[in-house]
Amino acid sequence: MTAAPVEATALRKSFRDKDLGEITAIDGLSLSVRQGELTALVGPDGAGKTTLMRMFAGLLKPDQGSLHVLGIDVARDPQQVQDRISYMPQRFGLYEDLSVQENLDLYADLHGVPQDQRRDRFARMLEMTDMARFTARPAGKLSGGMKQKLGLACTLVRSPDLLLLDEPSVGVDPLSRRDLWKIVLQLVDDEGLSVIVSTSYMDEAERCAQVHVMHRGRLLATGTPAELREKARGLTFVATPIAGMPARDLQARLIDVPDLVIDAVPQGGNVRFIRRPEADAARLAGLLDGASSASRPEELEDSFMILLREQDQGASPVATDMPPSGAADNGQPVIVVRDLVRKFGDFTAVASTSFQVGRGEIFGLLGPNGAGKTTTFRMLCGLLPATSGQLEVAGRNLRVARAQARARIGYVAQKFALYGNLSVRQNLEFFGGAYGLGGRLLRDRIAQTVRQFDLDPAAQSGLLPAGYKQRLAMATGLLHRPEILFLDEPTSGIDPLARRAFWRRITSLAKGGVTIIVTTHFMEEAEYCDRIAIQDAGEMLAIGTPQQVRELAGDAGARDMNSAFIAIVETARARREAA
Amino acid sequence: MQALLLYIAQTFALIRKEMLALLKDPSSRALLFAPALMQTLLFGYGATYDLTHAPFAVLDQSRSAASVEITARIEGTGVFSRVATLDNASQIAQQIDSGKALLVVVFPADFESRLAAGTESPMQVILDGRNSATSGAAAGQVAAIVAAYNQSLGAGPPVTITRRAWFNPNFESRWNLMPAMIASLSMLQTLMIAALSVAREREQGTFDQLLVTPLTPSQILIGKALPAIFVGLAQSTIIFLIILFWFRIPMAGSVWLLYGGLLTFTVAAVGIGLSISAVSLSMQQAMLYTFMLVMPLMLLSGLLTPVRNMPHVLQVVTYLNPLRFGIDIVRRVYLEGAGFADVAPNFLPLVAVAAVTLPLAAWLFRNRLG
Repeated sequence: MTAAPVEATALRKSFRDKDLGEITAIDGLSLSVRQGELTALVGPDGAGKTTLMRMFAGLLKPDQGSLHVLGIDVARDPQQVQDRISYMPQRFGLYEDLSVQENLDLYADLHGVPQDQRRDRFARMLEMTDMARFTARPAGKLSGGMKQKLGLACTLVRSPDLLLLDEPSVGVDPLSRRDLWKIVLQLVDDEGLSVIVSTSYMDEAERCAQVHVMHRGRLLATGTPAELREKARGLTFVATPIAGMPARDLQARLIDVPDLVIDAVPQGGNVRFIRRPEADAARLAGLLDGASSASRPEELEDSFMILLREQDQGASPVATDMPPSGAADNGQPVIVVRDLVRKFGDFTAVASTSFQVGRGEIFGLLGPNGAGKTTTFRMLCGLLPATSGQLEVAGRNLRVARAQARARIGYVAQKFALYGNLSVRQNLEFFGGAYGLGGRLLRDRIAQTVRQFDLDPAAQSGLLPAGYKQRLAMATGLLHRPEILFLDEPTSGIDPLARRAFWRRITSLAKGGVTIIVTTHFMEEAEYCDRIAIQDAGEMLAIGTPQQVRELAGDAGARDMNSAFIAIVETARARREAA
Repeated sequence: MQALLLYIAQTFALIRKEMLALLKDPSSRALLFAPALMQTLLFGYGATYDLTHAPFAVLDQSRSAASVEITARIEGTGVFSRVATLDNASQIAQQIDSGKALLVVVFPADFESRLAAGTESPMQVILDGRNSATSGAAAGQVAAIVAAYNQSLGAGPPVTITRRAWFNPNFESRWNLMPAMIASLSMLQTLMIAALSVAREREQGTFDQLLVTPLTPSQILIGKALPAIFVGLAQSTIIFLIILFWFRIPMAGSVWLLYGGLLTFTVAAVGIGLSISAVSLSMQQAMLYTFMLVMPLMLLSGLLTPVRNMPHVLQVVTYLNPLRFGIDIVRRVYLEGAGFADVAPNFLPLVAVAAVTLPLAAWLFRNRLG
């Protein structure tokens, strides 16, 4: 009988931050991991997953509690543990100037893998990752998904007794994500390897034998996916809106009443929701207001949302009195793009793209990393010149239009792009001033904005939690009441509850006539959009309502947007290869 | 009118933000003025400009009343101390070589007889050219003493000084470090602040957010340039005050003209800094470019070596160097009391550099190459 891969009791770890004081990352956590199984650590950002992983790997010492990995006390003998495990951190240290093969060789050298074992091991890794064709290519020239696969291959140049994967699928497109999981599952099934993987994707956790749900450094629940799903049994429904009503309007109605509904998300033209166990049936029926509802099988995601909501009882409901757009609807499209092309040298980032967006529409640009969606987005905002083609935003090309034309758009960047060492108020004052607001008008707007977004004006912007930073960025983008709001990957890195609140604000803005252009790599978020465009390798593969795009994908698309996306991109890639 | 007010209000919002960002960060706040203070003091003492102790030797071959009188006057200053009295010319080399004496005063045998005969009477001052700053000052002082002596003789042919600097035949007597620092030290910081200002925003992603606002490139330029110019002038002022009141180097010219020159010079430096900043993608890159540029700017400025001794090609290159003209304005106004007409030609290259770099930076904000 070998020792359990991980045996942790009452672990505690805190960090000292010079601005925030003591932060407890792991707060009295106990868990055990079984041999030869795939174990998932799930939880929103900041739950403590990475800290825990680093402790397993012997890179951090717990403040309190005991931790045994493969039967060894990690705190006492980290080197002995590290000799037997493989750990892939979130950002794996690939050498971008070295080729795929050179990276593999380097890691084999570092781990002292004997020459005679290398040939077989390399061959197997290259075959599993489907990278045998690219051995001579520099790692820096690989796509995000391929880099991640190479990282995994480098991690596995030797046979470990335990494999630790820290959020391997963050920032990876759905296709690469699927490939990555194929490899991991193969390792568990064929080699009986024990694997611990941290993730914020519930569909990934669903494939694991054992799931540990973490939140704020504590364990909320542990069990097999089936056991965890029990928590949501009988509470999960799907509602179909009455004809003519957008699914997101029904979703907004439902999620606005937290004492009846725990969670609601639009999907496939319907709304999936979770009712509170104690919810009054008559009130619920009134809320649905004619929309038919049917029960649906519970999923891990449902239990996860229930667990999170239990922790977050006191959260204030989202203010939905978003400012209306100043512009009148004249029936003209707000954005017109015709044959837009952008080349970087001989690389075509965006190939002949055309679309239109009407007033008050939510338009989503979807695609894997490097698909061209950010390039398209930056051209629309006037941050990047187009190589050729036509581009009109609110009737003008922002790149060459007079500066005042830019006052009609708002912009929220992917990364927090406000001044971190200024306070919330100072940021709002500066951007208000830059948009020509001043005096009483600016003061009133700031007071109103701070209330709507529930912000503390005196707080230092750079120290806000991710969800609040995102709120501030949006508040700043809306301060001057733009007609069009551009949002680049607004929901990456924020937890599911904050994402729900974000979309609630967006849908209410769109109701007020503001046009929204949003990029996202969360496929399920496409369901909030009126229309979406899917890009891959610079080409526009599909454009239409979420319903139309799913239909385009055929049977695969019937299930959810993620599958539809994979089907569409794969078909297009196969077609390209054939040509 | 309305448009102008809006323009000013928007630009002011940016200036205010820039100043806040500069002052809020404790590390950048300390960097603003501490280095200028420290470097000025360091240079002031370290560069041994101060003539507090000048050992000298005398070779008096005339042994006359006049030579004794001049020697006594030199010793009487309290700065010069006689370390040796030599008997013949062959001993001079040993005194200078060993560094025992900074200078050797030589009175030829016919020193007094020539004075008495009513002809010019040369005396020789041999200087240690290795220590050019101090010996330059010492020579200046000896010259002043001799001039005073000549005056006391009344009309008639004077004593003249033949000066020979050893080890450094091109010894430049007007060479003067301290006032030049008013321009050169503050330029280091100004360049750095300007170079980092846009690069920091690009690195942190805030520049895109700035570019999508209705601010025009000219407004961004003014908003970025003014705080840097302000900091540059504040630093120059600190250095100026230290030199004036701590090192007590008397100011000969007009403060207004000095600041007019400094302002023009700082604007040119900020133009260069912002251009660097606009092409840089990261702070690291901006810093690297700045360091690469600072060395040649310093070397080709006439701060350490006179421009007219450089190869002709390099002399032409120095016309692009604002520091050359900045230093020249400051030195001449400060030390010589030069008026505007004297230093006016220096303003032209400065204005030219600013007129090219500032619009270039504004254009680069939106059209970075690559």
